[in-house]
Amino acid sequence: MNVNLYPLKEFKLPIVAECINPDIFQEKSLKEIEALKVWEGNKQKRLGELFKVEAVETSFEAPVITIHGNASRVRRIGVGMKSGEIIIKGDAGMHLGEEMRGGKITVYGNVLGWAGSMMKGGTIEIYGNAGDYLGAPYRGSTEGMKDGKIIVHGNVGREAGAHMRKGIIKIYGSAGQFAGFRMKGGTIYVQKDCESRAGACMVDGTIVVGGHIESVMPTFTIEGLRKRVKIEEGEIVEAPFYLFIGDLTENGHGRLFIAKEPNPHLSHYEKFL
Amino acid sequence: MELLIRNGFVYDPINGVNGEKMDIAVKDGKIVEKVNERRAKKIDATGMTIMPGGIDIHSHIAGGKVNAGRLLRPEDHFKDVEPKTAVTRSGVGYSIPSTFTTGYRYARMGWTTVMDPAMPPLEAKHTHEELSDTPIIDKASYPLLGDWWFVLEYLRDGKIEECARHVAWMIKATKGYAIKLVNPGGLEAWGFGRNVESIDDPVPYFGITPREIIRGLCKVNKLLNLPHTIHVHTNNLGKPGNYVTAIETMRCVEDLAEDGKPAIHITHCQFCAFKGDDWRTFESGAEEIANYVNAHSHVTMDMGQVIFTDTTTMTADGPFQYTLHMLSGNKWTNHDVETETSAGIVPFHYRRKSYVHATQWSIGLELALLIKDPWKILMTTDHPNGGPFIAYPRIVAWLMSRKAREATLKRINPKARSRSLLPSIDRELDFYEIAIVTRAGQAKALGLKNKGHLGVGADADIAIYNFNPETMDPSKKYKAVRRAFKRAAYTIKSGHVVVKDGEVLKHIDGATMWVDVQLREPCEIEVNENMKRRFKEYWTVEFENYPVSEDYLAVSHPIPVKADV
Repeated sequence: MNVNLYPLKEFKLPIVAECINPDIFQEKSLKEIEALKVWEGNKQKRLGELFKVEAVETSFEAPVITIHGNASRVRRIGVGMKSGEIIIKGDAGMHLGEEMRGGKITVYGNVLGWAGSMMKGGTIEIYGNAGDYLGAPYRGSTEGMKDGKIIVHGNVGREAGAHMRKGIIKIYGSAGQFAGFRMKGGTIYVQKDCESRAGACMVDGTIVVGGHIESVMPTFTIEGLRKRVKIEEGEIVEAPFYLFIGDLTENGHGRLFIAKEPNPHLSHYEKFL
Repeated sequence: MELLIRNGFVYDPINGVNGEKMDIAVKDGKIVEKVNERRAKKIDATGMTIMPGGIDIHSHIAGGKVNAGRLLRPEDHFKDVEPKTAVTRSGVGYSIPSTFTTGYRYARMGWTTVMDPAMPPLEAKHTHEELSDTPIIDKASYPLLGDWWFVLEYLRDGKIEECARHVAWMIKATKGYAIKLVNPGGLEAWGFGRNVESIDDPVPYFGITPREIIRGLCKVNKLLNLPHTIHVHTNNLGKPGNYVTAIETMRCVEDLAEDGKPAIHITHCQFCAFKGDDWRTFESGAEEIANYVNAHSHVTMDMGQVIFTDTTTMTADGPFQYTLHMLSGNKWTNHDVETETSAGIVPFHYRRKSYVHATQWSIGLELALLIKDPWKILMTTDHPNGGPFIAYPRIVAWLMSRKAREATLKRINPKARSRSLLPSIDRELDFYEIAIVTRAGQAKALGLKNKGHLGVGADADIAIYNFNPETMDPSKKYKAVRRAFKRAAYTIKSGHVVVKDGEVLKHIDGATMWVDVQLREPCEIEVNENMKRRFKEYWTVEFENYPVSEDYLAVSHPIPVKADV
C-alpha cells in the first residue's frame, strides 16, 4: 500500500512526526495511520489532524510514502527506517532519516539540519540544499555515520559528515566550513567550492574537493599530485588533484584531495614535492 | 491523612521483621500503631512485598559537577526524553537526568531518600537549588572537606578541636550532612598538576599526608557526633593495584573505632578493589578486601557496581578523570572549583566484551557476595559513575539469583569470565538481605533514625513491590524481580501515595536534611575572622555571601546533634 500525505495547513509550530516511516505504516489500515500520534508544539495530535492521508493500493511489498507540500517544519521524518521509501515533494525539516538503516528517502526541495544523522544504511537523495550537520551525529555525540549514502544536488551547511566512520556523502554543490570534521572513515565528495577547515581533526577517510577552497589547514601535509580520484564504484573524477594528509595534530592519515586548477593559491605547496 | 496497607509480606530488618504478613498503619506522614479502619484509605497489598522506602547513600544528583556533566552531554539527553504529564514536569535522562526526572525515576523504583555525595562548599548554593528542585525524595549532601585548606592547616598544626569547630561551622554553612573526603590530599596536589601515590605521600605545600587527613577528620567526626562516619573515596582510585591503598585506608582508622561502631565508610569500593600492576595484569582484589572487612567491624562500604551501558563518569577526583580521559580518548571537562576542590567529567561506555570493564562488573558483585554481613556492604552504582541508578533492579536480580549472574556471565569477555570468582559463589541474597543492602543498612550507616524501617514513629516512606515471595522463587524468576523493582506497585512518601504501578500520581516536595551541629560554646567569631582574611585574598566571593541560609532550602529538615567540643 502506498500512502500520500497532504498538509492540511501551513504549519507554524514545529511538528515531531517520527511515525512517518514505512516500517510503521506497513500493514496498517488508513484509520490506524490517521490515528498515529504526532506532536505539534507541546500538544499531542493525530497524524490525520495535520495531514490528509490517502492510501493507494499497490502490489509492492514495501510501502512508499509521499508527502505533497511543504514539510519544512516537520521533524524526524523516517527516523530509524529499515525499508520502503519516502518521497517528499517539497521541503523537509530537521533530523530527516536519523539513524536510518535501509530504504530510500528522496526530497525534491530543501532540507534543514541533521539530515541522515547517525545513519547506518540506506540512501538519502536531496535535490535542493541541505542544512548544517548533514550526516553528522547530534551535538556532543561521536557516533557518526556508520554506512549508507547521502546525495545532495544543492549546497550544504557546516560540519557535513562530522565524525563519519563509513559510507559516502556526495555533494554536487558547495559545502560550508568544517566538512568532515573529526572524520574516521568513509568518503565526502564536494563537487564545487568548499569553505575552509575541511577535514579538521580527521583521522582517516577521504575528502574530495572539486572546486575552490579558501585554504588548507596548516596541520595537513602535501603528499603528491594525482591525475584522477575514484569517488566510488563507477564514479571517477578526471582532473589533477593535490593530495594532502592529516590531520597531523590527531596523528591522522586522512586523505584530502583538492583540485589543482581552481586553486592556484595552493601552487606554493608544489615546491615541497 | 490516614492510610492502611493490608496483608503484604513485610521486610523490615531493623525491627527484625522477615516476610511476615502484617498491616501497616500510617497517619500524618508517620507510621503508627493503628488507624481508624473506617476512615483510613486502604491499600490491598495481598501477595506483594513491602519494604521501607529505598535509600541511596551515594548518588551524584545535584551540584556544579553534575550540571557541568549535563552541559557536556547533550547526546545523553537526546535519546531519553520524558514529556510532561498532568502531574509531572518534562525532563530528560539518561545518565545525568534533569532534577525533576531524577526525583520521579527514584520514586518509580520505590526509593525515597538519596544522598548527593560531593558538594564543593563554594557551590553549596547551587547544589541546594538543584536539590530543592528534585521532587518527592528526601535528600542531603556531603561537603568536600578532605582538601579544604583550613582543615589541612589545622591538622598539620595538630589542632583537632579547632578543626572540629571549623568543620561544624562549615557543615552548618553549607547545610551539609557528613564529611566527604575525595582522594584526600590528591585534589590539592592536582591544583599543581600532581597527585599523591599512597596514603603516606606528602601533599605539596602543606607537609601533611593523606593518612593524617583521614585520621584527623575521623577524630573530628567523632568529636562532633555526626550521624554518618567519614565518607571516603580512597586515594589511587581506578588504578590497578589500588586494593592495597583501600585496605591501608581502612586500617589507618582501626584504632579510632569504639564499641564495634563503624568509623569509616569506603564508598564505591569496586573502583578501589583492583589488583595487578597495570591494565594487562589487571584482576579482582575483591577477595582481599572482603577478607579484611569480614574480620573487622569498623567499616561500612558501598558497591559502586558497574553496568554495561553508556554513562558519564564524574567525580571530584580531578586527576583520576584526567587519567580516564587519556585512557579512553573520550571528551573531558575539568571542573575546577578555585581553591577548594576540583572535579572531572568523562563520558564512558562500559562494554561486556572489554576485559577490564567485565572484570569491574564482576568485582562489584564479588564484594557484595563475599562480604558476609549485608549491613557492611550497601548497594549503589555510584550513579552515574558505574551506571545510572535506574539499573538498580538489575543489580537486585544479580544479587538474588545465581541464574541471573550466569546469564550475564555468558555474554562477557571470555578471559574476564574465566578469571571471575562469581561462578564459585553460590550465595543468593533473600528479600530480607536485599532490604538491608538497599534500605536498612543504608539508614543505619547514615544514622537516619526515622528512615529505613517501618517501626512506629518512623517516616511513612514505604515501597510496595508486586512480587509474591511465597509463591515465586526470586532465584529462578529473576526477571520478575527486575520488573517488580523497576516499577514499584506503590511508593508512599511521607504518607502520600506518590507512585502507583510505576506511574507518578502526585508531585510533592521532599525535604533537604542537614546536620545542625550544636557546639558547647559558639565559635562564630573565631571562625569568621580567620576566614574573612583568607577570603579577601583567595576567594572570588565575599565571605558574607558564602553561607547557605536556611530559607534557601525549599523544605529544610535540620537534624540537631550535640557535639563534644
